[in-house]
Amino acid sequence: MNPYCNGLQCRECGRKFDLEPIFACDFCFGPLEVDYNYENIKTDLSKSKIESGPTSLWRYAPLLPCNPDFKVDLGDGFTPLIKAKRLAKAIGLDNLWIKNDTVNPTWSFKDRVVSVAIAKAIEFNFSAIACASTGNLANSVAAHAAAAGLECYVFIPQDLEQGKVVGSAIYAPNLIKVEGSYDDVNRLCTELSMVKNWAFVNINVRPYYSEGSKTLGFEICEQLGWRTPDHIVAPMASGSMYTKIWKGIKEFHKLGLIDEPKVRLSGAQAAGCSPITTAYENNSFTFIPQKPNTIAKSLAIGNPADGYYALKQMAETNGYGSQASDSEIVEGMNLLAETEGIFAETAGGVTIACLKKLVQSKKIAKNEETVAIISGGGLKTIEVVSATANNAMLVKPNIESFEMNLTR
Amino acid sequence: MSERRVKLTFLNDKIKDPLIYQMGHEFNVVTNIRMADITSEIGWVMLGLVGEATEIDKALAWAQANGIQVDPDATVGDIVEG
Repeated sequence: MNPYCNGLQCRECGRKFDLEPIFACDFCFGPLEVDYNYENIKTDLSKSKIESGPTSLWRYAPLLPCNPDFKVDLGDGFTPLIKAKRLAKAIGLDNLWIKNDTVNPTWSFKDRVVSVAIAKAIEFNFSAIACASTGNLANSVAAHAAAAGLECYVFIPQDLEQGKVVGSAIYAPNLIKVEGSYDDVNRLCTELSMVKNWAFVNINVRPYYSEGSKTLGFEICEQLGWRTPDHIVAPMASGSMYTKIWKGIKEFHKLGLIDEPKVRLSGAQAAGCSPITTAYENNSFTFIPQKPNTIAKSLAIGNPADGYYALKQMAETNGYGSQASDSEIVEGMNLLAETEGIFAETAGGVTIACLKKLVQSKKIAKNEETVAIISGGGLKTIEVVSATANNAMLVKPNIESFEMNLTR
Repeated sequence: MSERRVKLTFLNDKIKDPLIYQMGHEFNVVTNIRMADITSEIGWVMLGLVGEATEIDKALAWAQANGIQVDPDATVGDIVEG
């Protein structure tokens, strides 16, 4: 019995369920989420207790829906919040921070959600953990399963690039290449989740898995000195991380750890997969699923489970939706690297490109203190910026040649 | 017998068509609307389908051929993540 969780609750009709490996309301098909006992949490959680906790997301354990005795902590979360003075100047902001999630154990924010999902899977006594992914999620699931000694199944499309396959294969999961389209992989995994005693991280343990993203909101508040910034810009794929950052901030306020939040949250998507931001631009809360066509593969979710909730949140927080073309994404990656020394994957390029657009269009004011979420490391998508290698200077092995080339 | 949940999206003029009624008559499937929303420009329906798997496949292919966008259960959305 977890003293901090009452159970699960439907986000649509409010029906309550036990803490079981289920994800949808059997009445209205709405998504389930964890219903916390904030009174008990308030009794046991304080700023000082958090500050004396581990330097990982597990410092917020009472606000996570699992027993920390089962945690598999590779050092997930509690990543640096970096003052980005040079980038701020380049795009016209006074006060900008980068939440650098590229330094997670498998170099992406997915370690946050997987760390929670795997703890819950062990608590539920599942025989194996599984996921379907083209990159970050697969890497993280395979690594955490390896550390836990848990059987692991990773499903990937058959035509996935070798570099991305290696990022998971090195941890020795059962790696399964599926013949067919992405839709075929989706369908196979849905069917398997119904017949196998496995924890599919984003299917049957999704209500627990998604809670890991709240820790981004917790950390931003704590690292700013127990307060919120004026604006947060986050990338959106399913919309889950974007919505959970806000949930985390609201929870901190509910527990009296921060003042009433005034933060605005804006969401960034790639133009080639922009169901949420396109709906935002059309002033609609109903998104139309898309077939992705973008270099930002980690954001390529055409049918986003939390798209509706992301759109509601944009309205609630007076945030914006913005989208970036492939060339703008690459420019964003280069700009972040050249000004702050942070090499982000394509999703980071999306965030920076959209941040820049929001500032240029004066939707983010120059004096708004802003945090940009950089969700994954650049070595995962090296192919899109490989042209930078052509900038190298070729010299003969003597000083004259070096000096001559340098002045050219 | 199989059970499947899908999200159907109706755009523009398709909003007016009684597609779910027709689906239940053309194919041997039980259709069950569980959540829905509609505006003058777009409508969506979370639909439960019960029947033989091949019959459900045929019914959904027919819906697509009639201009309805068919996507997996919106509660989960796309399972393949980056």
